[in-house]
Amino acid sequence: MEASTVLKLNGLAKRFGSILANDDVTIHLQKGEVLALLGENGAGKTTLMNMLFGHYLPDSGNIEIKSVNDDFVPLELGNPSAALTAGIGMVHQHFTLAENITAFENITLGAEPLFSLRRNQRKAEKKINNIMSNSGLEAPLDIPVGRLSVGERQRVEILKALYRDAHILVLDEPTAVLTPQEADALFSNLRRMTKQGLSVIFITHKMREVLSFSDRLVVLRHGKNVGSMETSNASEKKIARLMVGSETQKVFPKRITPGGPILSLNDISVAGRSKRDSLQNISLTLKSHEILGIAGISGNGQNVLADLISGLVLPDKGSILLKGVAIQNINPLNMIKLGFGRIPEDRHRQGIVGGLSVSENMVIERLDDPLIQNFGFLRSSVINDNAQTLSEKYDVRGPGIDQASRLLSGGNIQKLILARVFEQQPKIILANQPTRGLDMGAASDVQRHLIEARDRGGGVILISEDLDEILGLADRIVVMRDANLHDVNSSSREAIGLMMAGESV
Amino acid sequence: MIDILNILLTDSFWAASLRIATPLIFGVLGALICERSGTLNLGIEGIFVVGAMCGWMATWLGAGLWGGILVAFLCGAFFGLIHALLTVPLGLSQHVSGLGITLFATSVSYFTYRTALPDVSSPPRIEPFQPLDIPILSDLPFIGLVLFQQTALTWLALIMVLLVWYVLNRTNLGLAIKAVGDNPNSVDAQGLSVYAIRMWAIVIGSALMALGGAFLTMSAFDAFFFGMVNGRGWVCIALVIFASWRPGKALIGALLFGAFDALQVRLQTEMGALVPGQVFLMAPYVLSIAALVIAARSADYPRALLTPWYKGQR
Repeated sequence: MEASTVLKLNGLAKRFGSILANDDVTIHLQKGEVLALLGENGAGKTTLMNMLFGHYLPDSGNIEIKSVNDDFVPLELGNPSAALTAGIGMVHQHFTLAENITAFENITLGAEPLFSLRRNQRKAEKKINNIMSNSGLEAPLDIPVGRLSVGERQRVEILKALYRDAHILVLDEPTAVLTPQEADALFSNLRRMTKQGLSVIFITHKMREVLSFSDRLVVLRHGKNVGSMETSNASEKKIARLMVGSETQKVFPKRITPGGPILSLNDISVAGRSKRDSLQNISLTLKSHEILGIAGISGNGQNVLADLISGLVLPDKGSILLKGVAIQNINPLNMIKLGFGRIPEDRHRQGIVGGLSVSENMVIERLDDPLIQNFGFLRSSVINDNAQTLSEKYDVRGPGIDQASRLLSGGNIQKLILARVFEQQPKIILANQPTRGLDMGAASDVQRHLIEARDRGGGVILISEDLDEILGLADRIVVMRDANLHDVNSSSREAIGLMMAGESV
Repeated sequence: MIDILNILLTDSFWAASLRIATPLIFGVLGALICERSGTLNLGIEGIFVVGAMCGWMATWLGAGLWGGILVAFLCGAFFGLIHALLTVPLGLSQHVSGLGITLFATSVSYFTYRTALPDVSSPPRIEPFQPLDIPILSDLPFIGLVLFQQTALTWLALIMVLLVWYVLNRTNLGLAIKAVGDNPNSVDAQGLSVYAIRMWAIVIGSALMALGGAFLTMSAFDAFFFGMVNGRGWVCIALVIFASWRPGKALIGALLFGAFDALQVRLQTEMGALVPGQVFLMAPYVLSIAALVIAARSADYPRALLTPWYKGQR
């Protein structure tokens, strides 16, 4: 395909308060190419694309798009409707679908005048069917979107853009919610469409996807375009260097042979309202000196399992054994006293009490410790000294230890939780999506602490959607699917991916 | 039991049920449109009062019956616009704004009434809507007697049920209203204005609520009294949940409530000696609560109800 530019982002800048989210970003997109937009969390990828689609108004810069007469016309900024008309389609990370209406209705919504007495369904249906057969994207059209799977919803999102005759498609972290197989199917469909002239920008921070599917890549760091290259010339090292500014050390744990079992779940069932919040006859053994990775797409019961081990949910059937002895009093406080450390998935809501100060949050799990309190009165000097020491040790940065903890950034909140949990030298650590949403620096801190805890003789249960993380950290892997655990015999990415998707290997 | 059966077989019972249900039909439809777009409108009780007062006063001042209805519609729309401005672009608490509108609208109506008529002890009467007599149809047995004892406003309410159903289920506008109440981002991403759709839904919904109030002073009675709305607005808020935000079920809910109310009046006269009258007065509300408890368990709320949406914040 001959290279001809179809879209120019010229010097775009956007400031939110004191944060410069995008700083003079210039990107040109070629016809028929797949351009990967890479960067750490908070590098400004999504902000940039939201400006392109008119959700945000840039502070400076402009956007030009090739018109039918082959000349460049400026795009009206801050107006999604103008972007749609110009042929830009966007698939947001959080789907913009109404779940109470059908896929067909979502696709046609807004494409026809609001004030007409009837809907012209037949023509629309024909057009959608055409698009589906050309692109290979299939989705049931006439049941409410709320009943579709995540993969189907994403296809509906793309169909929505194509229905509006998009020739530039922007995908924001399209594979975050997909199984590896679904992701592969998505990319092969995209490839098919780019051959028909579609240009694609996709936002991601997964290297593997960039290297295998894109033609060219652009790296953003701190809101700036810090480099672009042809994918054929790129390597993981090169990209990582651009993304973080210097090469980061990947965590390669040395594996110690595990010790004896410390925690066993014995045939446990929890009856929830749906599959998402139930467990069915789960048995699991965690040994000391072991990181047990639980892979799986979220919503398959991981959160119930996490709540169970945290003492928030009681099993309806079965027992939890700590070193062979059944735990009698299952409640959060007792679990902490028994040596459980918890790194919850939703760190903002479950990990901290946002309104309390950093120092208070650091001792919140051991308030009955006589070091902390005297007859119910908190010893604030001890608490503050503790926070001072831990903040330095764990590199928790923020406006101050006496300030509300919700003012910390996500990465620093996670470090606060690490400080609280690991200072107690827990024997069993439950880490639920511990690095989700963190940048590389904070994520590798988290991973380092998990490995240290294991090397000290603890057992770690690592629940993660990030298969790379599981493969890199875990000594043993099980897959969670449909409220059940499945043992993994092979450690190949494909085999685990298939198990996550529900196929037997 | 025989007594109840006898009552249920009379045409006057069914005619009364439909009459009592009429203001509720307007109210439920209005609340349903607001909530389908994602906004709870607790201003409904006050907007009923406004509709009752304005419609009646405009007619009394010489605007004619349909002129009065138009005035009530516009006054309801006005208070809806206040609620819309506060809750949609400004994103304030829908509960606080709604209750504020109810207090404000009720007081302003009473104030206007007292200022315009400082000295009267009994309010001036107007010539209200008369039952529509449609030749031939009115002569049908039973049905004729039930339907054709009703005024034009009852017919308007029934037409509104059909209209709202058609708009919600058969037009692009209805699609946009349903979508904006489920996920406003879906509407925004398709280039439609979330603010415009939500605000218009609240304005039109509130105008319909005011018609429910106007029915009280211009059809059920012929004058305006203090306290005459008497919680009908709140009943509508409950009926919307009972109806799971569907116009057809809204009609059924309103009729059910009307039937309970009509029944209790008749039972009071028949059995008043045996059971205290208050028990019967209470009956429609108790039965509504019971029906609500059953229906609300499976209620499928518009997902974005009560959640403000801000442009440019994703």
